[in-house]
Amino acid sequence: MIFLTRKAEFSSSHYYWIDSWSDEENRRVFGKCANRNGHGHNYTLEVTVAGDIDPTSGFVVDLKQLKDILEREVVSVYDHRHLNLEVPEFKTAVPTTENIAIAIWRRLEGKIPNAKLHRVRVYEMPDLFADFYGEA
Amino acid sequence: MKAYLSRRYHFSASHRLHTDAFDEAQNRKVFGKCNNPYGHGHNYTVQVTLSGKVDPGTGMVCNLGDLDAFAQTNLLDRFDHTNLNTLDCFANSVSTTENLSVEIYRIFQNFTAARLEHVHIEETSNNSFDYLGDAIPAAGTL
Repeated sequence: MIFLTRKAEFSSSHYYWIDSWSDEENRRVFGKCANRNGHGHNYTLEVTVAGDIDPTSGFVVDLKQLKDILEREVVSVYDHRHLNLEVPEFKTAVPTTENIAIAIWRRLEGKIPNAKLHRVRVYEMPDLFADFYGEA
Repeated sequence: MKAYLSRRYHFSASHRLHTDAFDEAQNRKVFGKCNNPYGHGHNYTVQVTLSGKVDPGTGMVCNLGDLDAFAQTNLLDRFDHTNLNTLDCFANSVSTTENLSVEIYRIFQNFTAARLEHVHIEETSNNSFDYLGDAIPAAGTL
């Protein structure tokens, strides 16, 4: 089995806020991320798939095909968007790096031919990233 | 939903690889230029990986502000701009990055808001070290 990782980038704005909490509680828990005017990041997505090498093509997956899937399922939806206001899964869930990794997993699961989705890694910035392996 | 959160911290410190168990010639032979009696230094990068259920309300494995505050007090305030050899944790062990990885793993075990999985330290851009306690890394996780 071979693990293959493809990167993609998107730039988005977001804020952290829970409507059922008071302003004070939101600011206490989320700090500067609770600014309702939002802020933004250049996100880097790394998608790792696992599979066997096709004896003819030598590929685990066709990288162009994988790139197109990431573009269609994730980048075209998230890039240059406000995650809270424009991306449906974050109407209710806080767009933390953890939740973004889980949401991207759900968007990609079952859509990659001939390989198993192994890991979704989302970098919010070079010093902070979250991994999701599809675990319950 | 279980997720893994990784955060990178940076500090600069000096050290010297040397053990009293060896004579001078043996120290020089084993540790090479790292045995320079005047020491030398590195910009260390520490990458800490924690896991846990993502809180359905906050969307977090743990509060990053709490983790950063813990790291500031227990990692950066303790190690940044120090000579590692003068610290208590290296009183009886060589200040290799292997030993540093184990020490920093011990430190982050005291951060109880999430489960500590992995400490990865880059001593230079060419040397890095990983410590996972007793865990054996699963395929594709390192």
